[in-house]
Amino acid sequence: MALLQVQDLLITLKTAHGPQEVISHVSFSMDAGEKLGIVGESGCGKSITALALMSLLPPDSRISGKILLEGRNITNLNSREICSIRGNRIGMIFQEPMTALNPVKQIGAQVSESIYLHTKLNRKQTLEQVIELMDKVGLPMERFPLNLYPHQLSGGQRQRVMIAMAIACSPDILIADEPTTALDVTVQEQILDLIQDLADSSGMALVMISHDLGVIAQTAENVMVMYTGNVVEMGSTIDVFQNMLHPYTHGLFSAIPHVGSSAKQSKKRLSSIPGQVPELHLRPNGCNFANRCQRASSICNEKEPSETRISEHHQVWCYHPLNRQDKRKIKK
Amino acid sequence: MKQPLVKIEDVYKDYQLPKKYLFQKAPVFRALHGINLELHQGTSFGIVGESGCGKSTLARIVMALDEPTLGKVLFDGRDLFNMPARDLRHLRRNFQMVFQDPYGSLNPRKSILGIVAEPLDTLKEKLSFAEKKKRVGQILAEVGLNAGDTDKFPHEFSGGQRQRIAIARALITRPSLIVADESVSALDVSVQAQVLNLMMDLQEKYNLTYMFISHDLSVVEYITDQVAVIYMGKVVEQGTTKNLFQNPLHPYTQTLLRAVPDVNPLNKKQKNKAIAPLFKKTEKSCPFLDRCTRAAKTCVKGTPKLKLLGEEGHLVACFNAD
Repeated sequence: MALLQVQDLLITLKTAHGPQEVISHVSFSMDAGEKLGIVGESGCGKSITALALMSLLPPDSRISGKILLEGRNITNLNSREICSIRGNRIGMIFQEPMTALNPVKQIGAQVSESIYLHTKLNRKQTLEQVIELMDKVGLPMERFPLNLYPHQLSGGQRQRVMIAMAIACSPDILIADEPTTALDVTVQEQILDLIQDLADSSGMALVMISHDLGVIAQTAENVMVMYTGNVVEMGSTIDVFQNMLHPYTHGLFSAIPHVGSSAKQSKKRLSSIPGQVPELHLRPNGCNFANRCQRASSICNEKEPSETRISEHHQVWCYHPLNRQDKRKIKK
Repeated sequence: MKQPLVKIEDVYKDYQLPKKYLFQKAPVFRALHGINLELHQGTSFGIVGESGCGKSTLARIVMALDEPTLGKVLFDGRDLFNMPARDLRHLRRNFQMVFQDPYGSLNPRKSILGIVAEPLDTLKEKLSFAEKKKRVGQILAEVGLNAGDTDKFPHEFSGGQRQRIAIARALITRPSLIVADESVSALDVSVQAQVLNLMMDLQEKYNLTYMFISHDLSVVEYITDQVAVIYMGKVVEQGTTKNLFQNPLHPYTQTLLRAVPDVNPLNKKQKNKAIAPLFKKTEKSCPFLDRCTRAAKTCVKGTPKLKLLGEEGHLVACFNAD
């Protein structure tokens, strides 16, 4: 049985324009130790999906569908039951370490919080555990005493504290929501390495959420490309990144300047996706990408595309996926 | 050779830090450490470095928003910090800035007309309302917005459109230099590409000069002609974009380039390994000493100066670069 199964997840949030569907019909499953990447632009629903897994959605949201953790649905649990899962079975690293950490609490106390909550260790054992955790994330006690406050640490160090908090109870699933967006490339590299090493050594499943295709390519085995609350393409990272089928995935790739591409020498422009992400209340009936898609036809505006299974590990939601000839043309 | 549009001559900038004790001399943080750069008309100059290296301080000094502790900035041959305030204000029309955060840099209570025309008002151009509106409309059309959007407010626009408004505001005085401080960092990739393309088109059309500050190396490589890599307030490597990215010579530049994650999942890149510093850093030694894999004894005793190495004016500040 899969460790985590999300079935037909549908999330509705209250907005100024009435309730709006922000996640529609998202399904995926994860095995123990698997590394799943979720990639997409802002507003595509990647963070909301993560919050749903942690049961941290705003109180006025409505959720339907199932999130099964080892076969047990966690969407309809009461707050006490969910507390035994959140932080214990599923850990999360947030994007902004400065806003996610409590500025008036010492880092040692923040890391020990979930250990107090979820285990029966006494004070001394907890302290030992915290010291071990801090060592694991590269903040040894000798140089980083536990009575430091977040403001005394740099961005990368704060993110390490966040990671220590997330893995404190050795969760089965670690969710990293844009863990390196606020960091420099060199620090980003260290943090990504640390997260991967921890996941590998303890067999945690990892959900890596990022808008950076490079980060996903280097960390995830499987990837889910999201656009306006829908999954548009899903499969193994190599399949999706090497042999992309959805026009949106392709658009994303052609919009990033690659290392080795210089506009000044080639006199070429980046190919950008025309238009912008439609606002929640203005989403069309059919495919949400239709108004920005060059391959759109009349059916795209009428009916949402359904899943097309290309191979066992590669699915796409599109009426007109790219085929080989198109790709050759694009390469030229 | 033609005179450079902007010449930064040996600029130092010190910031005073708060005192720890009452009678202590205030400690000083040196943000910039003898920067020399030349920006030529119609080209783009990239500034690359990690946060806290002094990129934004340099931008502020080039914009004459901050005065350097030592050194000069010549704009078109005129010293920005040695002229009457009146003249400086008149000169300001020639250099404008586009900021990072398109949500924070536009006043939410002002209409687009008010925002984009503000530089004209500040420069005391006596324009009638109709003329002003016409000019703003023209410039909005040029950055890919509707000329009729003048009465809207910033909240009615998306992030990419807001950044276009910020570019329009910078362009309205017909400047020759635009300083773009992380101008596309906050945008999504598909929109980022649109804004980058717009900036390139405008450059060709108006022969603009860009000083492009970013931590995103692939964006810098895409848009610039020349690049300077800054580490702890010093330029450690400088050269044409092509040379610097294809043949980085300074160990710091190499570290930066290696750290960029590759979009090809099959390319498992070689990683930067954390090293235990071999030598103890002193005030005199090379600033990169404690992170350098090539550190040798010479690096402890003295700071390397920029020297010519490689082709087309490729400058490197390292004793052990080859």
